[in-house]
Amino acid sequence: MVKFRMMASLLALGAVLLSGESIAAGGGATLEHANIERDNTSSLQRGARNFMNYCSGCHSAQYVRFNTIGKHLELSDEQLRDNLMFNADKSFETIQASMPASDAKRWYGVAPPDLSLMARAKGVDYLYSFLKGFYLEADSPTGVNNLVLAGTSMPHVLGGLQGYQTANFSEHENEDGSVTTTFDGFEMLSAGSMDAEQYDEFVRDTVNFLAYISEPVRSDRRKLGVWVLMFLIFFYILASMLKKQIWKDVK
Amino acid sequence: MAKIEAEVGKPQGGLIKWIDDRFPMTSTLKYHVTEYYAAKSFNWWYVFGVLAFVVLAIQLVTGIFLTMNYKPAAADAFASVEYIMRDVEWGWLIRYMHSTGASFFFIVVYLHMFRAMLYGSYKKPRELIWLIGMLIFFVLMAEGFAGYLLPWGQMSYWGAQVIISLFGAIPWVGDALVEIIRGDYSISDITLNRFFALHVIVLPLILIGLVFVHIVALHEVGSNNPDGIEIKKNKDANGKPIDGIAFHPYHTSKDLVGIIVFLMIFSAVVFFAPEMGGMFLEHANFEPANLTATPEHIAPVWYYTPYYAILRAVPDKLWGFILFAMAVVLPVFLPWLDRCRVRSIRYRGWMHKTALSVFVVTFISLGWLGLQPATDTYVVLARVFSVLYFAFFLLMPFYTSIDKTKPLPDRVTYHG
Repeated sequence: MVKFRMMASLLALGAVLLSGESIAAGGGATLEHANIERDNTSSLQRGARNFMNYCSGCHSAQYVRFNTIGKHLELSDEQLRDNLMFNADKSFETIQASMPASDAKRWYGVAPPDLSLMARAKGVDYLYSFLKGFYLEADSPTGVNNLVLAGTSMPHVLGGLQGYQTANFSEHENEDGSVTTTFDGFEMLSAGSMDAEQYDEFVRDTVNFLAYISEPVRSDRRKLGVWVLMFLIFFYILASMLKKQIWKDVK
Repeated sequence: MAKIEAEVGKPQGGLIKWIDDRFPMTSTLKYHVTEYYAAKSFNWWYVFGVLAFVVLAIQLVTGIFLTMNYKPAAADAFASVEYIMRDVEWGWLIRYMHSTGASFFFIVVYLHMFRAMLYGSYKKPRELIWLIGMLIFFVLMAEGFAGYLLPWGQMSYWGAQVIISLFGAIPWVGDALVEIIRGDYSISDITLNRFFALHVIVLPLILIGLVFVHIVALHEVGSNNPDGIEIKKNKDANGKPIDGIAFHPYHTSKDLVGIIVFLMIFSAVVFFAPEMGGMFLEHANFEPANLTATPEHIAPVWYYTPYYAILRAVPDKLWGFILFAMAVVLPVFLPWLDRCRVRSIRYRGWMHKTALSVFVVTFISLGWLGLQPATDTYVVLARVFSVLYFAFFLLMPFYTSIDKTKPLPDRVTYHG
């Protein structure tokens, strides 16, 4: 009985801890769910293409090797070379930004961060909402601001695809005189080459790829984990039988 | 010649006798393993000592392999951890086992300590075992703290910044002490280097030494049991305790079952939730240390947060530090604060049972509060629970001496 109760409480503790998987935004904006499909290889392949075409100009993913991507995303060295490796020779090389960091710092005031681990640091919902959160703001140096990361130095690189939107805010005074600003929604000002649904898919694939590169071993570890647990269950049965046998004479 | 040979010469009784003539092998094994008798009535609370040993072994072995690839330099540390995670064969497994092992070390040790509180295992004649155990706990806290700096992520850096600066609150020597700990005017490459030295050699050596002494002291007086009575009072004709069974093969075969159950839970975390939702690996620690940008919310890892919540509950820096230190050290005095005549909770009155229950709620609540941002409500709550935390220890001499007790049984309770 005690044994059962103890195991039950340990499991309950685990469930409570596991449930806290999503990360709070911190900025105050509510995040949209990215709803990525981590095991969808074609989504990851599209994400890799999006990343190399739209992100890797400025952002590196310095811990990520092309051949690792090839292995997990079922791409041959040739496919990697033809479609993804724009500034790399050998498939074991890592993803480097095309833009020199020193220039980046001069142009944007801050070097674009490495994206290898961004999904683990910020969470996929944050990245999804961030990439959908650019809105026009006249007095910003880049012409845009972001709902998730206010004052970001990043220009709206994907503006040609998404189009440009404005954000509507309303202010209302509280009883104590302080003013609360609430976000009421975006309004598309000039359409891009994609409609809203296509852009959502584009961002979802890209975020899926970012989640993948943040921990390429993820699917391998989960697969191995099943085997490890099955082995332990088998081992548990043997050990219980052994214990019962040895304890037979304990009265 | 022949006579001398007869006296010392040819080995008799084979290799074992040869060794036993020169080293107390068989007698030591008997004393500590095959003829060490502990109560047959152990319940599953008694598995956590062995589990602490298992986790120690996991940490030592994975730690050795991590040092083969980790680079203790501010410029390389973060990248070398990612190198282990991505490029080293099985590096991810070794690293996840080590990071998960750190949290499980504390889970297991907290439960092990709670077992001692349940059954009064710290009471006479086992005070010294408890004291050595508390020393192990302190070294473990230092070991975890030093280790947490090594990945050189944002939380490593800023967490260490906050905790080390606490020592600055000590009057007169505070600033000098902080400088000595850091080896620099801020946390730097030098700090990382010395924390690496502490984490991989100094503290583990002390830890292993203390664990050895902990077990020697335990085997000298014998293990307590859920009834809190002495099994040595009832011996058979051979001098063996009637209610005792040998550590090997009885307790070892039972412990093996416990170890496997533990490994199942441990593996479930390692393979399916190594971050444990940001509790075991904090999200901010996936960003390299940035000396110019403070993370929005700095919280120590969960196993320090009960004490951290007490620290934050006090408005004054020096008093915060004093109460924080007292909260960590107070359990040392349990053997003398507890004035009850019986050991086990089974034969104690409602006062002690209530106090211990409130203490459990208090400790978990403080741990949760220490993870949250210090909002007004949470600080008030933390103050209430801090008072309860100290009340549990400081009022113990009173409520344990007037609490009613039940009569102790002659033999241990065992239902087979």
